[in-house]
Amino acid sequence: MSPRVSTLFEKESRLAFWMLAPTFAVVLGFVIFPVVWNLWLSLKPVSLEDLRGISLFQFNLTLKNFQKVLTDPEFIPTLLTTLIYTFGGSILSVFIGLIAALLVHQEFPGRGLLRGLFISPYIAPVVAVTFTWSFILDPQLGFFNWFAVEKGLLDQPIPFLSQRWLELNFFGVMLPIPLALTSVILFEGWRYFPFAFLFILARLQAIPEDLYQAASVDGASPFQRFYYITLPQLSTVLSTLFLFRFIWTINKFDDIFLLTRGQAGTKVLTIKVYDYAFGELNIGASSAMAMVLFGILSIFLFFYFRWIAKEV
Amino acid sequence: MSRERLERTMIRVLRVGGLLFFIVMVAFPFYWMIVSSFRSLEEILMKPSNLGLNIRQIDFRAYYEVLFEHGFLRYISNSFYVSIFTVIFSVTLATVGGYAVTRLRFRGRAFMSYSILIIYMFPAIVMVIPLYVVFSKMGWRDSIHILIPVYLAQTLPVALYMLRSYFQNLPSEIESAGLIDGCSRFGVIWRIVIPLSAPALASVALYTFMIAWNEFLFAFMFLDTPEKFTLSRGVVQLAGSVHLSKQLVMAASVMVTVPILVLFLFFERHLVRGLTAGAMKG
Repeated sequence: MSPRVSTLFEKESRLAFWMLAPTFAVVLGFVIFPVVWNLWLSLKPVSLEDLRGISLFQFNLTLKNFQKVLTDPEFIPTLLTTLIYTFGGSILSVFIGLIAALLVHQEFPGRGLLRGLFISPYIAPVVAVTFTWSFILDPQLGFFNWFAVEKGLLDQPIPFLSQRWLELNFFGVMLPIPLALTSVILFEGWRYFPFAFLFILARLQAIPEDLYQAASVDGASPFQRFYYITLPQLSTVLSTLFLFRFIWTINKFDDIFLLTRGQAGTKVLTIKVYDYAFGELNIGASSAMAMVLFGILSIFLFFYFRWIAKEV
Repeated sequence: MSRERLERTMIRVLRVGGLLFFIVMVAFPFYWMIVSSFRSLEEILMKPSNLGLNIRQIDFRAYYEVLFEHGFLRYISNSFYVSIFTVIFSVTLATVGGYAVTRLRFRGRAFMSYSILIIYMFPAIVMVIPLYVVFSKMGWRDSIHILIPVYLAQTLPVALYMLRSYFQNLPSEIESAGLIDGCSRFGVIWRIVIPLSAPALASVALYTFMIAWNEFLFAFMFLDTPEKFTLSRGVVQLAGSVHLSKQLVMAASVMVTVPILVLFLFFERHLVRGLTAGAMKG
């Protein structure tokens, strides 16, 4: 290598370093550092009052926080709720997104308008939509309960977001369903289906038309064409969307916090992280809980890439 | 052929029914938010199942109260301040960084491009507590300015990634010509790259604005003093302080929703591109 090329390379490297330095600094300071600091805190006995002390930097590491978090009687129920919420919310939002994409796939007047409308739940601020839904579902002042009772659809108002169980009559058998958790999952489906919708719609439009024509010539009916052509063509995008939604739903805090504050059987791991920190003022336990959440997500990702990603 | 016709008819019926169902399902909450915000407290309490809005009974009192008595005028300007500065920094740093990643040769370039997206794995709640601890220690916590770098960290990786993909498809010959003609690197970015990537920059700007404008958790945790609240933080505060006056909460919700929906209406194409290219975090 001639010295001249080497200097040019060095010059470019140096310039690139300075051009990327601000981005690195921001990400390092406000993402990487908190995550590492979180690991450090999870191994230390710290409460919220200790924040001013110097003990934060001492090497008095302990696994007590993890022990406390994992043996907490609420841990197993919280984990179960998290899994139901995450799987339910992810699958539902992808499924609704699929239906919505199929509905507006074909050209018709007003299609662009509807596409815009369908994206709006995803664009609107989370506080606005959670408070609006809480209001609509409110047992005292909510539109839904009043309307349903007046029309004779319900005998009495149902507190959708504040009651843990609802006995439902399935052909004479009384089945309890977790009411608040179901409501929160339905909200999740409503708010996040546009994400799946956009990707599925783009993928639908990329399926070559001659596949359908060939199938028609061979005598496949519209439903058969959907089942044998459309669905297989979508399988990759559907499984990827499920992955993305899973990661974001398991990490989700805002929606449940604003809808139910984690009451009535909707306490998920992220709410538990918050509760430890600001309810029990136990920063160590809170950080340990966050690490456990991260571990669970990693386990899921491991199995996802091991099995599901290979299947599709 | 009859099966074909039968199924076609079924699909047509399902499509019309499905579309109607979706329109109601998606639009109703927004409709209800707006209608309720124009009602008086008496109407909210007396007729919760009243669907329509009587034009003669439109009541602007909720907006007046929220704006002038609950401090929302201030929250609106705070939200604009935080969002606009986040956008400016994000677009600037992502342009410069995206240029470096696509056009300059340096060690670790490939690593840079992908590792930056790992940030998606970390939940906000994991970051918020350590930051709370540090900001409390440093006395930075109850400040509106601190939100800007926090939001920047959330959006910058995606912004850089989006611009990187865009720059890769720009022909680099014009830039080379510019460099040969004596333009500096920053001159090339300013005179050639930026004008050529206006649509991508618009997508990044809208995406960033939306994340910053809608953000709730960090604002909720870090801000204590009402004068420093962002709109989202203000709405939560308001909802906690008024119990029956739902019209106030709905008016506040309309205020926080309208700017973002208006932007969306005008720049739908750019925003959708931002959403799909960046696969928005949320």
